[in-house]
Amino acid sequence: MGEDTDTRKINHSFLRDHSYVTEADIISTVEFNHTGELLATGDKGGRVVIFQREPESKSAPRSQGEYDVYSTFQSHEPEFDYLKSLEIEEKINKIKWLPQQNAAHSLLSTNDKTIKLWKITERDKRPEGYNLKDEEGKLKDLSTVTSLQVPVLKPMDLMVEVSPRRVFANGHTYHINSISVNSDCETYMSADDLRINLWHLAITDRSFNIVDIKPANMEDLTEVITASEFHPHHCNLFVYSSSKGSLRLCDMRAAALCDKHSKLFEEPEDPSNRSFFSEIISSVSDVKFSHSGRYMLTRDYLTVKVWDLNMEARPIETYQVHEYLRSKLCSLYENDCIFDKFECAWNGSDSVIMTGAYNNFFRMFDRNTKRDVTLEASRESSKPRAVLKPRRVCVGGKRRRDDISVDSLDFTKKILHTAWHPAENIIAIAATNNLYIFQDKVNSEMH
Amino acid sequence: MMLSKGLKRKREEEEVEEEKEALAVDTWWLDPGHPAVAQAPPAVASSSLFDLSVLKLHHSLRQSEPDLRHLVLVVNTLRRIQASMAPTAALPPVPSPPAAPGVADSLLASSDAALSASMASLLEDLSHIEGLSQAPQPLADEGPPGRPIGGAPPSLGTLDLLGPATSCLLDDGLEGLFEDIDTSMYDSELWAPDSEGLKPVPEDGSGKAEAPELDEAELDYLMDVLVGTQALERPSGPGR
Repeated sequence: MGEDTDTRKINHSFLRDHSYVTEADIISTVEFNHTGELLATGDKGGRVVIFQREPESKSAPRSQGEYDVYSTFQSHEPEFDYLKSLEIEEKINKIKWLPQQNAAHSLLSTNDKTIKLWKITERDKRPEGYNLKDEEGKLKDLSTVTSLQVPVLKPMDLMVEVSPRRVFANGHTYHINSISVNSDCETYMSADDLRINLWHLAITDRSFNIVDIKPANMEDLTEVITASEFHPHHCNLFVYSSSKGSLRLCDMRAAALCDKHSKLFEEPEDPSNRSFFSEIISSVSDVKFSHSGRYMLTRDYLTVKVWDLNMEARPIETYQVHEYLRSKLCSLYENDCIFDKFECAWNGSDSVIMTGAYNNFFRMFDRNTKRDVTLEASRESSKPRAVLKPRRVCVGGKRRRDDISVDSLDFTKKILHTAWHPAENIIAIAATNNLYIFQDKVNSEMH
Repeated sequence: MMLSKGLKRKREEEEVEEEKEALAVDTWWLDPGHPAVAQAPPAVASSSLFDLSVLKLHHSLRQSEPDLRHLVLVVNTLRRIQASMAPTAALPPVPSPPAAPGVADSLLASSDAALSASMASLLEDLSHIEGLSQAPQPLADEGPPGRPIGGAPPSLGTLDLLGPATSCLLDDGLEGLFEDIDTSMYDSELWAPDSEGLKPVPEDGSGKAEAPELDEAELDYLMDVLVGTQALERPSGPGR
């Protein structure tokens, strides 16, 4: 497979800048904003940490463009649903940035049940020279005031303020797995296992249900929604994926309730690869439109697939992420690893796709050259500013010195969440409770 | 967590080889000439895979809020496994040391109905637990008609954990999900109640199958529930 090909020509000259250790909690989502200036992470403890890219400066060329912590806040708290006697986890499932419309930044963050809109503002000036108050804010003795002055704004240390502007609650009976902001910048959708709702960003007390796959009889339930996303350009189109491996493209102009899809993307099962686990491994864990809007990227347990919106019968490209696991499916079913949900990502020019795997490995596939590479995100294997070394998993037969054997893979070290900068070759990798940001200093332009 | 080496699959693969020779059916998993069979892992599910799936199902249900995706995938997989194991009318009975083939077949047939019924009633009970979780009381006559329900079995308290979630999350209760699943493995007639752990149906002649990572609590719980449910119908039957 691709692992055996000469990887020297692949651009894997990534330099690692820092590893940001968030000791407390496991990272559950990673998302760049639309310019790539900000990177948000959510964790299992309900916190959001935002990193900001330092502006490049000539005086310190080595530290140009690195990410530092910008703001940290508690987005969600654990809640108790008294009616059902259930605790609602505060884990952040997804974060999505709103396109920036003024000086403030806004993002949506969601746990299993509630979506919140957060506004992030900067304060770097404060007024000084009040007439009635002194420097500490105490009222002045009026007899001492002999002249009037106009307060002036003076610079102060940067303060980042985060405030919750909207709380979209009680929209979902089941667990929210995805949110997506519409290109109209006014609405967004949230999807749980059985339903998808459309919200207006300014209205919190109601939402429109646009997809409902809950059967009349729960006995007939055989399929759930696993992910969904709005088309990047057409505000009426969205896609959702299912646990049976199908994708449904829906057009909101066609009907109020989009239960009937406009297009159904489904690949027929390969009879030579059939097993009892076929359905589980076909379950789509993530779906992402390309930046161009022409393709969709899906991730199932063993592969990533590129679909052309114009072709429903099968994907146009299929890449094997870790085919060596196919013979281990029974064990992976036993330890529940087969249910792990990996995400996938496009680079800014839609020419390279990336996804995570086990043993803190992540994989990149170049769609043009058809070359791929496996890299590892761990402190042991790379020092700051070192070049990442391609890794290889061997399945028997000839073994090179640094190869890892399939049976030595650590299945507790999974890279489920990855993100790619919208314009540059910068990637963010979440490895359990560590965040890695890798930059390609050699080739910073997309091609 | 490392993957275990494939050793424990070996015996089942041997069984599969025997079964493939004995049966001549037009199903992909049993066709020796089919390319899938040549390279795939055991094409006919072993009983341990079935056991594993049933346990996963119960484990999933025990969560305060079951992961619906996990639940649906396990149920669908269980159905596939069951479909591959259930003998059809055209099939000769599965050869089974020590029991005679005919006996094994009739055991399965007779236990089907009883166990479907018991599974259904078990899940019926689960969906009614919400009302019990505050104050454990004997079950009211809420069971399906035709099923006499006595006092609450002693083990019913342990079902409180499941209570609110199953009926809240899946409004119509879960029993329907499993009506078509034959869990004849768990018929108490075949299964000595005071034995430890799981025993597969005698037909494959094995003792305790190599259980996956079960903790004692889970097994005991499962035992209690099933035997307790049986006790509802047959008060004079095997107790704990």
